[in-house]
Amino acid sequence: MPPSATRHSDPLVHTGKGDANAIVARGLTRRFGALTAVDGIDLTVARAQVYGFLGPNGSGKSTTIRMLCGLLLPSAGQIEVLGYRIPEQAEALKRRIGYMTQKFSLYEDLTVAENLEFVAAVHDVERARARRRIDALCATYWLQDLRGQLAGTLSGGQKQRLALAAAVLHEPELLLLDEPTSAVDPQSRRDFWEALFALVDAGTTILVSTHYMDEAERCHRLAILEHGRLVADGTPRELEHALPGTVLLIDCANPRAAQTALAAVPGIAAMAQIGASLRVLGTDAADPREAIRARLGAVGIDARIETVQPNLEDVFVSVTRERQGHAST
Amino acid sequence: MKPRRLFAIVLKELRQLRRDKLTFAMIVGIPIMQLLLFGYAINMDVRHLSAAVLDQARTAQSRAVITALAHTDVFDFNYRLRTPQDVDALLRAGEISAALVIPPDFERRLIETNTNTGDRAPLQIVVDGSDQVVQQAVRQLAAVPLDALLGSGNAAHRANVEIVNFYNPGRRAPVNTVPGLIGVILTMTMVMFTAMAIVRERERGNLEFLIATPVSPTELTLGKVLPFVGIGLIQVTLVLLLGLAIFSVPIRGSLFDVYAASLVFIIASLALGVFLSTLAKSQFQAMQLAFFTFLPQILLSGFIFPFAGMPQAAQWLAEIFPMTHFMRLIRGILLRGATLADLWPALAALGAFIVVMLGIAIARTRKRLD
Repeated sequence: MPPSATRHSDPLVHTGKGDANAIVARGLTRRFGALTAVDGIDLTVARAQVYGFLGPNGSGKSTTIRMLCGLLLPSAGQIEVLGYRIPEQAEALKRRIGYMTQKFSLYEDLTVAENLEFVAAVHDVERARARRRIDALCATYWLQDLRGQLAGTLSGGQKQRLALAAAVLHEPELLLLDEPTSAVDPQSRRDFWEALFALVDAGTTILVSTHYMDEAERCHRLAILEHGRLVADGTPRELEHALPGTVLLIDCANPRAAQTALAAVPGIAAMAQIGASLRVLGTDAADPREAIRARLGAVGIDARIETVQPNLEDVFVSVTRERQGHAST
Repeated sequence: MKPRRLFAIVLKELRQLRRDKLTFAMIVGIPIMQLLLFGYAINMDVRHLSAAVLDQARTAQSRAVITALAHTDVFDFNYRLRTPQDVDALLRAGEISAALVIPPDFERRLIETNTNTGDRAPLQIVVDGSDQVVQQAVRQLAAVPLDALLGSGNAAHRANVEIVNFYNPGRRAPVNTVPGLIGVILTMTMVMFTAMAIVRERERGNLEFLIATPVSPTELTLGKVLPFVGIGLIQVTLVLLLGLAIFSVPIRGSLFDVYAASLVFIIASLALGVFLSTLAKSQFQAMQLAFFTFLPQILLSGFIFPFAGMPQAAQWLAEIFPMTHFMRLIRGILLRGATLADLWPALAALGAFIVVMLGIAIARTRKRLD
């Protein structure tokens, strides 16, 4: 199929309706000059799920999302989104996706209602349906009383709800959210995730990037990105169970002193103080418990050591450390 | 292209404009301020004016006068005419700035003048009075006694060249300045506002959202530019009305031609603005670029310095600028009563400019971030 035949959902072009996967990408790479922002990512996102991208700033989350919706050309690799080959058929795809940018990208000098009316028109939502949708969305996202207010004067949480309403106005099959909760208070974040799951219930596929662990925990599946590479992916449980090392929690009077004492002990991948205790992540080799007990005994720290369930943060620290280890050898 | 999407963008643009008090004030404020500031004269020396000769005497002496005048370098006699009607046609079309008319009884008038027996001027220079600088130059020339010009000694005569000032008999500067001012104001506002309006979308991050929707670059550009067409026409009206009320600037041509020429020029300026927007990364850069194109236009278009007085290279450069062609159009229509048909080369030049600028701009616009 030539790339020119992309404007309408020609059944020959658009074959993805019945596919189980909303997004399939292979070897996705993007270079900016000498910098490789995204480096050979393979990705499979099933329909009607929340798929998370977890990674620090600069790990390639935004670049990947932009390539998936055709805003950036990949340097290498294949992408198929909702059955469309990207970037060739990006224009046809744009009618079926909603994209929420990291930075608020609606018009601050238009009111809430004016913004939504504008978005409805550019998405070709038929007038009567647009009115119904805007009414419904204003009710769902608590924008009813704000309709006449300029978007620039909204709070962070209100702006985010408006942006979500705008992204789903045309009822897209796939929603791409680039760090949607970065400027929002915790309660607004909870509400926002409630709204996302309601959309998933209605059959929407959601790809969301975040650097919050608690948000990553809520995803059906997630991919951990670091320096443009996909370093782990799976359900949050799978990732936690697949963690090679043990996680220990050391309760003692002075966790900071313990952390200093344990700095040179082999078999420890990472340590982090959690309030009055020290969380220790073991490397994948042996259980470091005995070595730790011996070292703490030697410096005279009385401690209680217990094995705990790994959480997503342990997974994140573990996989990103592995990569750093690779880099240094 | 979908009319509804286009309309949505126009509506959005108008709503934003209505809330942008500063821009709104500039749309009205710039014309008024400029009109009052520039409403006074700018004079310059002139050489190599395109001119015509209508020699009805055809004597040795008349040819000597023509040669002598040609040697002053003020005129380039590009046309030798046969009838007075030809003078009219060339002046109206802007092909010549002046015409030297030598009456059939030139010799007799010359004698009458020299012997103080008659008061009919032996020579007539018909001047395009719509150009302030041109008439000034011709007046200076006419003050030189004919005998001095011919080098025949007796220089103690009174001026014996009669100047017939076409189109601006009162020689009032605003009459020349105000029509050109329409071009200056439109260039200033149209180029800068469009370039900034388009870049603003990119700078504020709105574009990243927009390009993920079915909106086409053409719809977006057209939608953002269309409101400015209306604004430009309002500014033209404002300057015409104020020019008429304050400076009594005439509208000798048809009002339709005035607006048609302005519309074409507005589109050319908008095309330039759209092109600049593809080069600029921020609104500030867009403003700088707009200013960068604005200065040479105002200096070389013939608005301030006479076109005929500029070096050849500057004249070639000026031919590229839309404002140069608009100066010819608007002065021709308002002051000389010329029609668009008379001035078709200027119109064609503007058309070519629009096609080239929009062509480059569209080729440079992609619906992507990279």
